[in-house]
Amino acid sequence: MSTPDQLIIFDNVSKFYGEILGVNRVNLQIASGITSLVGPNGAGKSTLMNLMTGLLRPTRGSIEVLGIPTDQPEQLFRKVGYCTQFDSFPRGVTGREFLTSFLLVHGFDRKRANELSHVALERVNLVAAADRKVAGYSKGMRQRIRLAQSIAHEPVVLILDEPLNGLDPMVRAETIALFLKLAAEGLHLIISSHILHEVDMMSDRVVLLNNGYIVAEGSTHGVRDEMEDHPMQILIRCDQPAKLAAYVFAKDHVVEARLHEDRRGLFVKTRDADRFYLMLNHAVAEGEVSVESIAPVDDDLTAVYQYLIGTSGGSE
Amino acid sequence: MSSAIDAVQTESAKAPTNWSLWFRQIGAIFRLEIEKNFFSRRSLLIYLIAFLPLFPLTILALITPPGREWKDFNQYTVIYSFIYNAFIMRTLVFFGSAWIFMNLFRGELVDRSLHYYFLSAVRREVLVVAKYISGLATSIILFTGTTVIAMLLLYFPHFYSQSVRYFTEGKGFTQLLTYAGITILACIGYGAFFLFVGLFVRNPIIPAVLLYGWEWLNFLLPPLLKKISVIHYLNSLVPVPMSEGPFAVVAEPTPAYIAVPSMLVVTLLVLILAAYRIRHMEIRYGSD
Repeated sequence: MSTPDQLIIFDNVSKFYGEILGVNRVNLQIASGITSLVGPNGAGKSTLMNLMTGLLRPTRGSIEVLGIPTDQPEQLFRKVGYCTQFDSFPRGVTGREFLTSFLLVHGFDRKRANELSHVALERVNLVAAADRKVAGYSKGMRQRIRLAQSIAHEPVVLILDEPLNGLDPMVRAETIALFLKLAAEGLHLIISSHILHEVDMMSDRVVLLNNGYIVAEGSTHGVRDEMEDHPMQILIRCDQPAKLAAYVFAKDHVVEARLHEDRRGLFVKTRDADRFYLMLNHAVAEGEVSVESIAPVDDDLTAVYQYLIGTSGGSE
Repeated sequence: MSSAIDAVQTESAKAPTNWSLWFRQIGAIFRLEIEKNFFSRRSLLIYLIAFLPLFPLTILALITPPGREWKDFNQYTVIYSFIYNAFIMRTLVFFGSAWIFMNLFRGELVDRSLHYYFLSAVRREVLVVAKYISGLATSIILFTGTTVIAMLLLYFPHFYSQSVRYFTEGKGFTQLLTYAGITILACIGYGAFFLFVGLFVRNPIIPAVLLYGWEWLNFLLPPLLKKISVIHYLNSLVPVPMSEGPFAVVAEPTPAYIAVPSMLVVTLLVLILAAYRIRHMEIRYGSD
């Protein structure tokens, strides 16, 4: 059982940007290991991370990271490192200067700052380019130097906003290996991604976000099962909806088939969208029906579902 | 993972306060900011503003303009007072400070790099102090330098031997120090104001122009309103007061022992407000 000073705790946290919702009523406890925040763009992942690091302040509720309130950066960032998505740097600095200068701001002396920046550069495999200007780095290198900056002061909580963006497959594999190593050392790693498959293999736990709400949380398999248990509703406009209803109703993943009021469409509830779409393709190919359009009815759920099922489906 | 910063914490915990850590952090931020202030592309404009009065003065050094006052050494204190008041203090120091201090935070918001400071284990109040000191150092070095060079450039080319006597035996050196002191005080006062404004307003040019107008119209204001300005206190300290024209509302100058501490107290209050603002500031580059 973890104590509050070992957890990241969101207590009924809401964040509004004026009238626009960032996240709403978030109650969350994050223990050590790798936790992934997954959701489509605009789901609230970055907002949650910015709240966790005090770059944003909650409109309601409170957040503590290992017992430290997030409005105390002088305490917080002795334990926390944050690799943001902001792809910008102080002007004119080299990779090494970038790391060293902010380690000096942390309060390290020059010698220790030089040592730590070198270790961080080694960890992200950027030693060779360390003395080049950051402005001349490729996107992947800029991503890695930001990662190096977030780990350079040896934090115990590492927050990474889309850290695999822009990395080529080899560097991506190395970076994932680094995350696993850091997690094995006992760090809290919180990683955001809009692609479930990207973080699926390495995460101990997934928090699924959509439209500012936590939709599901738990182990990766648990969340997947939870979503698969939740049927998805699809409207199919076709020439023979009644015939299609009879055709699909025999399938085990179809929960419900209901004719549209105008009798020119069919509502289908399914627990497996992939299989349903495949089956529908067969029906069309066999000339059973002529389909005019297909549209998910529950947009929110569809978005989430596509992330879970669609993306992982693509990886199979 | 063993955290090396904990070592710093433990080390500093031995001391009764965190002062040693804060001084070290101020030093680190100061170095970064000074480098930006003096050696970035943005600093070109500052050099231009700072050295602007020196171009006409260099031309004046080469040719003596027509007019009796230019041939009378005793008139030079009045001429310099005019140059200092109209160009150096009201324009150069004003706009130079505006550019330097507004960019301390606003510039990094525009560059989207302020979050790196906010993600460091540094009190945000320490950040404000360090940035303010760096701005102060920059403005004092440049504008005090201009104040001194401008004065020497005015006196020495045409009346060399008289100027040597004036600065070594007469009032010249005291006046030089007084003008330099007023420039420093102007940097302190305007600096705090512009740092503060840069935190609140997306386009700080508008409040800068408004303040500039207020400061220029100060001579028309009733005595009580005159005191709600920086220029009133600076004018009170000028060794050779400049005539403000026939429409000026005359007010008693504030004695130096009130003017200087008042400026410093107001500056401190403004910095406290700026620190409060930074303490509660969010990073939302999109909206900045």
